[in-house]
Amino acid sequence: MLIEVVNVVILALLAVTALAAVRLNDLFAVTMMFGIYSLLATIMFVVLDAIDVAFTEAAVGVGISTVLMLGTIGLVGRRARKASHRPILPLIVVIITGAALVYGTLDMPRFTDPAAPVHQHLGPYFLNESPDQIGIPNVVTSILASYRGYDTLGELAVIFTAGIGVLGLLGLRRRKRPGHEGGAR
Amino acid sequence: MTIAGLYNYWIVILLMMTGFYVVIASGNLVKKIIGLNLFQASVFILYISLGKIADGHAPILQAGISNYSNPLPHVLILTAIVVGVATTSLGLALVVRIREAYDTVEEDEIHDQDESM
Amino acid sequence: MNDNPVLRIVAKIIIPMILLFALYVQFHGDYGPGGGFQAGVIFAAGFILYGLVFGTEALRSAVPPHILRIFIALGLVLYAGVGVATLLMEADFLAYNALSQDPVAGQHLGIFLVELGVGITVGAVMITVFLGFAGRNDP
Repeated sequence: MLIEVVNVVILALLAVTALAAVRLNDLFAVTMMFGIYSLLATIMFVVLDAIDVAFTEAAVGVGISTVLMLGTIGLVGRRARKASHRPILPLIVVIITGAALVYGTLDMPRFTDPAAPVHQHLGPYFLNESPDQIGIPNVVTSILASYRGYDTLGELAVIFTAGIGVLGLLGLRRRKRPGHEGGAR
Repeated sequence: MTIAGLYNYWIVILLMMTGFYVVIASGNLVKKIIGLNLFQASVFILYISLGKIADGHAPILQAGISNYSNPLPHVLILTAIVVGVATTSLGLALVVRIREAYDTVEEDEIHDQDESM
Repeated sequence: MNDNPVLRIVAKIIIPMILLFALYVQFHGDYGPGGGFQAGVIFAAGFILYGLVFGTEALRSAVPPHILRIFIALGLVLYAGVGVATLLMEADFLAYNALSQDPVAGQHLGIFLVELGVGITVGAVMITVFLGFAGRNDP
């Protein structure tokens, strides 16, 4: 019961934080809101038994993402101009999309239902077979590195490519030649 | 019971739409990327919500416990978070280069400069 | 922030702990929560804290960029190399059972190496990205 209450409260706080982030125009404040949002999401993951995910979100969402966004704001300025056009059209699009998605959830299995289809096939297989086939207690690690090894290799390749991309765009150091103002490299 | 069972999904949709709204309504490129991140984090919460089982435990095997939450969504989201920050950094790097080239990160000002060229 | 003694001293005390904790997360990930992704990010967070407090120039001399670039590739090569090694042992790509006589020991070794590869690449990419942003306005 306690978990349900915590779940409800944290989700409500997430909604408030996200709405506050929409209304603000100071990018520094928006970034701080995003940091709080990530921290609340971390608590959600702990409540929902995803310890490994919470761990990652705490390090990535709260730590590295926030630092990167602050670094960007330091380079581009912290003031966002108010939108000049009326936000009526985006609002309509968002409400229609949201209504369609809410309609879609009506057929979904209820929260924490053990009979949901997602818990019938692969999940129990991994939980039952992992102790004999892999022999390590953390099932998340055994799926990540062994059962879904191809997938993780692909993800690592994406991170590698993104790192190369940032290196190509920003470089590790800007070389300023005298007399070449604005020559980025 | 229906409302309690679907509450998580509805809040996730609200968060998702908030991020979506920021992406399409805001003209500032940094704010757009923060909107994408809001959207992304809401998808994470959706997946982890799907993996939760009533009275479940974290999927680290221990003697005497047999009811574990589904580990598969955890794996998918674990990698997605780190990939997400890598792609976000690439987006932010593009914003920094746009700012250096156009001296602004507002979408319509960039558009005007392109038109006047 | 270079002249703030509180920040400097606190950073000097906690940075070794962050790095040690990252190593714990990396190598204990089979038994408790943790693994290569988390360890890489935490390891990078230690260096990023160093860069924030002591300046990017100090960070650059602590971890030279050309070494970082090697590490970015090294992790991915290690991961894929484990797959190639299992291929050479006439098993499927990334089928760790072939790495040892005992299939479970093979799985342990394979997961250890693969997670190490993930940790190296993730950590190096995060530090590189931070240097890219924070070092952009350096003279």
